Amino acid sequence: MDILVLVKNVPEAAQADLEITDDGSAVDTDDLVFAINEWDNYAVEEAVRLKEAHGGTVTLLTLGDCEAEDVLRRGLAMGGNRAVHICDDDLEAGEPAAVVEAMAKVLAGESFDLILAGVQSSDMGHGQSAVLLAQRLGLPHATMAVGLAIDGDQVEVVRELEANTSERVRLPLPAVITVQSGINQPRYVSIMGIRKVRKIAVELHELEDLDLAATEAGASLVSRRKLFMPQAGQGAEILTGSLEEVCDQAAAIIREKGGLA
Amino acid sequence: MDFKLSKEQRDIVRAAKEFAEGEFPQRAQEFDREESFDPDLHRKACELGFVGVFIDEQYDGAGLGFFEHCLIVEEFWAVDPGISQAIISTTFGSELIQLFGSQEQKATYLPRLVAGEAVMGTAITEPDAGSDPAGATTTAVLDGDHWVINGQKMFTTNGTVADFLLVFCQTQPENPDRHSRHSFILVETDRPGYNANKLKGKLGIRASDTAEVAFSDLRVPAANLVGIEGEGFKQLNSFFNRTRLHICAQACGLARACLADSIAHTKERRQFGRPLASFQATQFKIAEMATHLRAARNLYYEAAWLVDQGKVDHGLIAMAKWYAAQMAVQAADEAVQMHGGYGYMDEYRVQRLYRDAKILEIYEGAKEIEKTIVARSLLG
Repeated sequence: MDILVLVKNVPEAAQADLEITDDGSAVDTDDLVFAINEWDNYAVEEAVRLKEAHGGTVTLLTLGDCEAEDVLRRGLAMGGNRAVHICDDDLEAGEPAAVVEAMAKVLAGESFDLILAGVQSSDMGHGQSAVLLAQRLGLPHATMAVGLAIDGDQVEVVRELEANTSERVRLPLPAVITVQSGINQPRYVSIMGIRKVRKIAVELHELEDLDLAATEAGASLVSRRKLFMPQAGQGAEILTGSLEEVCDQAAAIIREKGGLA
Repeated sequence: MDFKLSKEQRDIVRAAKEFAEGEFPQRAQEFDREESFDPDLHRKACELGFVGVFIDEQYDGAGLGFFEHCLIVEEFWAVDPGISQAIISTTFGSELIQLFGSQEQKATYLPRLVAGEAVMGTAITEPDAGSDPAGATTTAVLDGDHWVINGQKMFTTNGTVADFLLVFCQTQPENPDRHSRHSFILVETDRPGYNANKLKGKLGIRASDTAEVAFSDLRVPAANLVGIEGEGFKQLNSFFNRTRLHICAQACGLARACLADSIAHTKERRQFGRPLASFQATQFKIAEMATHLRAARNLYYEAAWLVDQGKVDHGLIAMAKWYAAQMAVQAADEAVQMHGGYGYMDEYRVQRLYRDAKILEIYEGAKEIEKTIVARSLLG
């Protein structure tokens, strides 16, 4: 079973104080630490487990600047066999349709039994690339997988829905599946894995050499108008005084609003 | 000159950080309070290849340098010093085996350390011989084809958990040169005459085992001598010229933890209606901590890199060790200060870091000894 995993290098933003660049076009990432998109890490782990169970290969694909190679090497160290890097600075936060067009160009002539990706990326959060790639390649897809089992030439996927419900679906292979966090427990990267990567050359494609038509990559269908931090909400009341006074005030407010009989 | 780590080195740093952050925090307080450790963490670290990366590939190590070992140590210590020491110290002395041991000793002992099947330690200090190791009086006497060892060692890392120790013994007590009286002898701890007593009540790194060890007519084969008889003191200096680099990495990791906790706390904690971080008194502390940390790291990077290039600079290593240890102790002091009363409580990591830091100025060469070495390298 030959598996392709889409991975992305994203800034670790959860704990960081984000700042918007002066021209309002982007988040200033100069001081941010980059790492593999959390959901993609689960996808890589799932791919490596499937390879270990069924044999075959795991290929990793990313589109990003030269630093993005870090996430490819990480995936190789986890058990991937091959890595493909579409190198470009401009498309990094680009529109998914353009990203997918570049990926489709690079993948032309290749065939995979299964394509995995994280449900979404933690930076832009479009959640579209894998689904658009399925459309572009004419493959069936399933999103938000929390369980995945190969059954002959089919794959059975458990999808996570709202309100603690799940859906079980079957797709013919080849197929594209986006993976939800928690589907597995991703392994740690080992020193042995890192040393193995020495022997693997990352296949590098410069975006500008892909000869994408302006309509495909250059002219995005969606344009960003403004990136901004939401205004702090109004209406919060800060209670002051001793603990007893604060409690009395809080109780009075709750009573006033009908929360206490 | 290139100050960038290689891609592989960056990958090693990231892998070590992810492992430590994933495994250490939830156990750190428990081990510190109870002076205990879970060997399962050591086993996991070995399975992932983090232990003994400097050991040659032919003995199942990664064949990397002391520099890469330092990178791992720094990442581990930046999460929790006690757990890190319990894991990483399991190879303490393998440097001596690799440098001076016979082929057979290397093949017998080194692969077991890498695999996590064995733990080792090195017994040097005695009740009356610390900074003056040449004063060690534990004796080893040849009796036929065996060494018979008698004596007592103090503050021996892994004394009660080690499978074998390298013991710094007097083998030529009558030699007029007091620096030519000693030899390292490998002692398996399951031999009759071995007795180890765990020392309780350490100030810091309490997850790591420290023991007093006694040898009573303990017999080991003559082949357990490591290297050439009488060269123990010389070997000890070569050993410290590697392990002192590890101490620098420990110090930088610990100071990083101090810096990270201090930044987080002072941005969050408000006094006089403003975050602590908005006061210049706090800003200066943070700026100084970050600057001293960077200076200490650059100093040890150079020293470690040189060792891996085959150039062991005794004076530079001593400089790096003294400076890094002092830097870490000061960083921990300021970190507690910035945390105020909270920093005095063991629910806050900085309290543990404050206690963990002090050993850095003591073990593997007290700071006074390091300064003496530096001075000697300048004054002759």
